[in-house]
Amino acid sequence: MRQSQPTFTWRKITESKLFFPFLALALILLFDLIFDPGFFRIETKEGNLYGSLVDILRNGSCIMLLGIGMTMVIATGGVDLSVGAVMAIAASVAAIMMNPVIIGVKLPPDLMKFIYDPNFTYAPLWQVILVTLIVSTICGVWNGLLVAYAKIQPMVATLILMIAGRGIAQLITNGVRIQIFYEPYAFIGNGWVILPFSLYIVALVLVIAWLLTRKTAIGMFIESAGINSRSSFYSGIDEQKIKLIAYAFCGFCAGVAGIIASANIKTSDANNLGLNYELDAILAVVIGGTLMAGGRFSLLASVVGALVIQATTTSMYAIGVPANAVLAIKGLVVVFVILLYAEQVRDLVRRITGQTARPSGKGAGS
Amino acid sequence: MMAESNNHILMMKGISKAFPGVQALEDVDYTLKKGEIHALVGENGAGKSTLIKVLTGVERQDAGTITLDGKEILVRSPQHAQALGISTVYQEINLCPNLTVAENILIGREPKKFGRVDWGKMNVQARQMLQELDVDIDVTQTLGSYSVAIQQMVAIVRALKISSAKILILDEPTSSLDAHETDKLFEVMRKLKRAGVAIIFITHFIDQVYQVADRITVLRNGKLVGTYDVASLPRLELIAKMIGRSLTEFDDMTKIKLESSKHIKGDALLQARGLGHTGAIEPFDLDLHAGEVVGLAGLLGSGRTEIAGLLFGTEKPDTGSLAVNNKPVRNYSPFDSIKRGVALCPEDRKAAGIVDDLTVRENIILAIQANRGWFKYLSMQKQYEIADQFIKLLNIVTPSPDQPVKNLSGGNQQKVILARWLATNPQVLILDEPTRGIDVGAKAEIQKLVLSLAEEGKACVFISSELEEVMRTSHRIAVLRDREKVTEFAGEVDEHKLMQAIAGSES
Repeated sequence: MRQSQPTFTWRKITESKLFFPFLALALILLFDLIFDPGFFRIETKEGNLYGSLVDILRNGSCIMLLGIGMTMVIATGGVDLSVGAVMAIAASVAAIMMNPVIIGVKLPPDLMKFIYDPNFTYAPLWQVILVTLIVSTICGVWNGLLVAYAKIQPMVATLILMIAGRGIAQLITNGVRIQIFYEPYAFIGNGWVILPFSLYIVALVLVIAWLLTRKTAIGMFIESAGINSRSSFYSGIDEQKIKLIAYAFCGFCAGVAGIIASANIKTSDANNLGLNYELDAILAVVIGGTLMAGGRFSLLASVVGALVIQATTTSMYAIGVPANAVLAIKGLVVVFVILLYAEQVRDLVRRITGQTARPSGKGAGS
Repeated sequence: MMAESNNHILMMKGISKAFPGVQALEDVDYTLKKGEIHALVGENGAGKSTLIKVLTGVERQDAGTITLDGKEILVRSPQHAQALGISTVYQEINLCPNLTVAENILIGREPKKFGRVDWGKMNVQARQMLQELDVDIDVTQTLGSYSVAIQQMVAIVRALKISSAKILILDEPTSSLDAHETDKLFEVMRKLKRAGVAIIFITHFIDQVYQVADRITVLRNGKLVGTYDVASLPRLELIAKMIGRSLTEFDDMTKIKLESSKHIKGDALLQARGLGHTGAIEPFDLDLHAGEVVGLAGLLGSGRTEIAGLLFGTEKPDTGSLAVNNKPVRNYSPFDSIKRGVALCPEDRKAAGIVDDLTVRENIILAIQANRGWFKYLSMQKQYEIADQFIKLLNIVTPSPDQPVKNLSGGNQQKVILARWLATNPQVLILDEPTRGIDVGAKAEIQKLVLSLAEEGKACVFISSELEEVMRTSHRIAVLRDREKVTEFAGEVDEHKLMQAIAGSES
């Protein structure tokens, strides 16, 4: 009767939300093992770890972050198309705060000469990060207001910021790509502390998101609103506020991703930073088993889903697939993973693993 | 018998259909003669729509046969039904409002010239078809620019022409029409009838049955009550057949009720004064006392659910006032109502009750948790405690509290919803159709529960389409008709008088 009953049967494992994302990831890695034995080599330089596996984690950190935020939004039955654009806004805000000369802010002459100095920043780092995250969270709140209170369809509502967002990002920097010289900021994106620094940030955000959704009632309310918003309303749940929170958090995650991405390439690129990332983020969530219709979600499964996407890309490059073929192959992998979710295929898997009928009660008359 | 069956275009015999947890149809017969309008009536959950779904191939019957024109048929799909000459016009019109009337009628079968659509001919054809029914409109206008009644006519023309239909099913066609439009529709129906089309007319408006139908078939709880000639069945008798009265399993209820009526206490827990919402329910007064069960009786659409919505705050009133515990109510919302100790078990279990992918435990604690807010999350241990307590108390049959609630039967789902509300420990409990679509045993359990809750000092509002049930459980009965509270009965209620009040007039 209790959930603490630790029976690790096949059924338990195959029914878990984590099973299929992990299975897909394992298959991709198995593929690498066969075609590129060097793939698993991990080198140590100055105590830090390098290798293809580490690359997957590092390059996947933005999609993992977006996936975490996107999971909550999709669980409410919505979607956020603007996360890529919000990344660009975040990058622009951060860059302009560190180097505002470009928009005509006059620095005292004695400071001007430090402008290319890797230790110079106009605003202190903590302010840069704080303001950037506040701005990106406001972007999320804007989406949330449109969806929850103005009752605009999520896809349309977030499309607005998806299109306008890059324009806003350009306005902030006066249309200029601002190079970032400040090293401590760049460290966020390309620094190493045994593992890539960005991974610690992903882990931190994941823990925050997990605590927020699973140690408070918010997670259950998000699922409840996503499954049946009318029942939720009748039960006294403020589903509008719940949706607002989900979009706000998604904006926050996009802001963190924007900081990491801009720190990595050391520039704010309003046109290309985070371009098409929203689609990868949505895919990560779908691979993680959260239904686009909303409802039950698993943050960890979405993170693994993000890794599936990144591992595919990295593996393709590693075995020398030409860059222009990678997208097509990525598509194939996604189709394969999504098929794993089809009830028909699941039945097949159950039959192969010796599990019989579906869970009791489902479809059976009484 | 044999001779009679000759002019029967359709015979459905012994139709049964079960869904998980519900026997939707049980051994139902239905026959249709050429050129008759045959009304199919019954309260919600009676099985009308299931019967139609079987006939139109949406669902496959578990048992029973369908004979069309003397040949036994198996309807495989809605398309197949149309090919057989069975066409349906659904309650909500499923045409395209942004296409022209002509396009809507002939889409898929456009007249062609050199492989391209012949628009001129199409408009002429469409106009002719409509004129056959005395509808004279500009067919080149978009459908959306016409009234619902005209749209309904267009839907009927389309349904008839699609397969030169022999049988036309009209599912609640008048629910969004005004009196004048309804008359117009009836003219069309009579005209079709003269042309030999057999019409199945589903409605919950009793008046309309008497206006237009030749025969009536009454269903109740998935069972056939009978088929009658309209002329030989008085209104009151029809209503009695629809709402049902009989069942002897509930004898001891009367005793419990008498016993519990002693517990009714003086001051009103909840007072509604002139509470109303334009278009939904006329202003009404209602008092609820501690320990009292007040029944709301009336036909479907008479305003029962609207009253529940106002008392619970899912709808905001535009006139009148509500007081709970002598404190006037200012904020109308489910959240505030729960805070005040008012709970509503809503009518539509699927749409507004259960959250089907959540577990039994989560469904039970949902309302308490919503009231505690986001951050005072009940500990897992406490959650299981509450869930286990109510699973035991209400006798909910589930393998574990972690079972998704969608895997439970209808009656057990209903108990989970009840548990959700009982867990908030309400003073006023409003139950809207708590026994719909669940089996007799579970019904009796729920009715007894309601009385025992009253005995504990709660005030209950009991809403049901089944008159017998309302009479059995309620200490006092408020009667609703046409979105208005018309009268109240207290103490021993004379069934005949009650039915008269529901029906409005003896005729």
